[in-house]
Amino acid sequence: MSEALAIGAPTARKREPGRLWIVPPAALLALLFFYPLALIVRQAFLDDSGVANVAEIVRVLHSRFFLNALVNTVTISVAATAGCLIVGLVLALILAFVPFPGSGFIARLIDTFIALPTFLVTLAFTFLYGSAGMLNSGLMEAFSLPLPPVDFLYSTWGVVLAEVTVYTPFILRPLLAAFSLVDRGQIEAASVLGARPFRIVRQVILPAAVPALIAGGSLCLLLTVNEFGIVLFIGAKGVITLPLLIYGKAIQESAYQVACIIAVVNIALSLGLFGLYRFAAGRLGV
Amino acid sequence: MSAAAFTGPSVVDIDAAKVRGAGSNVHFDKVSVAYGTHVVLHPLTLDIAPGEILAMIGPSGSGKTTALRAVAGFVRPASGRIRIGATDVTDLPPYERGLGMVVQNYALFPHMRVEDNVAFGLRAQGADKALIGERVKDALATVGMATFARRYPRELSGGQQQRVAIARALAVRPRVLLLDEPLSALDAQIRRNMVEEIARLHRSLPGLTILYVTHDQTEALTLADKIAIMRDGRVCSHGPTAELYRRPPNRFTAEFLGRANLLPVTVAEAAGSKGFATATHGDAVLTGAGRGEKAGDKSLLCIRPQHLSLTADNEHTNRIVGTLREVHWQGELTHLVLDVDGTPVRVSATKLPVALPEPGTKVPLFFAPADTSLLPEDAGV
Ligand SMILES: Nc1ncnc2c1ncn2[C@@H]1O[C@H](COP(=O)(O)OP(=O)(O)OP(=O)(O)O)[C@@H](O)[C@H]1O
Ligand SMILES: [Mg+2]
Repeated sequence: MSEALAIGAPTARKREPGRLWIVPPAALLALLFFYPLALIVRQAFLDDSGVANVAEIVRVLHSRFFLNALVNTVTISVAATAGCLIVGLVLALILAFVPFPGSGFIARLIDTFIALPTFLVTLAFTFLYGSAGMLNSGLMEAFSLPLPPVDFLYSTWGVVLAEVTVYTPFILRPLLAAFSLVDRGQIEAASVLGARPFRIVRQVILPAAVPALIAGGSLCLLLTVNEFGIVLFIGAKGVITLPLLIYGKAIQESAYQVACIIAVVNIALSLGLFGLYRFAAGRLGV
Repeated sequence: MSAAAFTGPSVVDIDAAKVRGAGSNVHFDKVSVAYGTHVVLHPLTLDIAPGEILAMIGPSGSGKTTALRAVAGFVRPASGRIRIGATDVTDLPPYERGLGMVVQNYALFPHMRVEDNVAFGLRAQGADKALIGERVKDALATVGMATFARRYPRELSGGQQQRVAIARALAVRPRVLLLDEPLSALDAQIRRNMVEEIARLHRSLPGLTILYVTHDQTEALTLADKIAIMRDGRVCSHGPTAELYRRPPNRFTAEFLGRANLLPVTVAEAAGSKGFATATHGDAVLTGAGRGEKAGDKSLLCIRPQHLSLTADNEHTNRIVGTLREVHWQGELTHLVLDVDGTPVRVSATKLPVALPEPGTKVPLFFAPADTSLLPEDAGV
């Protein structure tokens, strides 16, 4: 490390060598992040022959395919996040407050979900609920049906279900952390005062978990808005989201300006959600 | 010890009890509790009368909290039944038992204002709005916190938070109030004030039955009508406060409840019609309240430090001689430690002779027969 310093700043004054350490990360960040980002933004204003074309932005932002993808993205992301919040909350409440042997093990097991690639779950879903999956073949055999009866997987709801499965651990983790801080004495006090479990959850436990819910929820929103693998893998007809649209325009149609305009919208959406997440996480102190 | 400790059980004012909702008795019927194979409460049978304050005291780990939590419904007895009033509550969940509980760390709901904390129980029980408003005001006024209704718990001092916790428990008009070391998080000065306030509170709610768990004997002596002393998961003595203090039935009680000098003696003459027995300690012949000892029994004579005097008078007819070892002056009180034939004896005196004897000199000590009692010598319960 001292060598790097010597190479990087042979003539620098010796007084404040600490300052120079900002250069390598800043350079790296500029090269790998800000430069491509700037390229995308620039490309959004230029047509594919390099001529400025602002009218194209207006056209794309009003186009059917863009609005469709935006609506899809927001719908899937909001629905999946809501699903994650509900499932995560129920699971966290059970894991934290209903004593059963092995609850710690289950919590850790769910945690390891975070480590798995997202499309793996989608693949498993195809085996389970796909047209040739276990559920359908089982039902077809049992009731001698000619066609697979369960068809939800190849729709918006299939995508939502897969995303809920994949991203619930992201809610579960901060919730379990928040629940572990709730004073058991408060729960007991509420109980002695005549509150039934549902009221205790609503009025004593949940208020303590609000920051965790906001942090986990905004993280989920962020991740689901940008989800690519799951949507592509399920390949539901007509379910095009912003990331999928960008991929299609750029790679399949080579329509770079269109792709970049949509990308800018996608980035803005992500950064907004990220700001929300940081704000909530900051209040939570994580 | 205030005078209240010796006025005996408070009389339940029937009319007031009716207005306030009469208290119920709490009955432990052979209640035992075990965690796995570890028995922490041996079959316990105990009754707390309606309107009575029972203080449960004992060393750490003796099972006090466990007994209280069994009444609240958080600990399931391995055997036995618990009744509150006419109801067998053993199988009821905590929220159906109609109790109030206050614990050491207050456990207020941090995101609710004081008034909402106090209203919580009433809302949970579905009381109507007008009644809630009235009761909240009442309860806060009772604990002197009416002006703090709009504050959040974090904006209150420890003592204020504990008052709110008490108001919250009282607002539901519980049949029984359970207090588990409610004052031990407070410093000595505030604790003394709060003890007096709880005593005052109970005078204004005479029908309220209170189970007061503490390891502080002063709180117990000041507040309780009756005391139960716990040791290793058993009640080792139980009785009216003053009686337990004046006539401890065993060594553990004598030493746990206040300070006690325990002088080994041999009974010379069993107690007569007036209840006094005579016993010898070396050459000294001493008289004290007996409890069925026979002549020739080895026994212990319990004398409280404040009942020993350096001067004789008509009452102080018992006399022993000790060698003065230490003198500790503490302002209001002076503590002397003497050696009486190998037994250390403490004296607490408010008045002392002007010329205090030098350490090492022999000093006669006098005490009244009525202030002493004999108790069995065995170290166990
Ligand atoms: N949840 C539990 N699991 C196992 N053992 C427990 C549990 N709670 C209490 N105990 C044991 O039960 C015994 C009695 O505990 P308890 O809390 O009733 O004591 P206590 O008299 O209230 O003591 P303290 O004065 O320290 O509060 C102790 O030995 C304790 O270790
Ligand atoms: Mg305890």
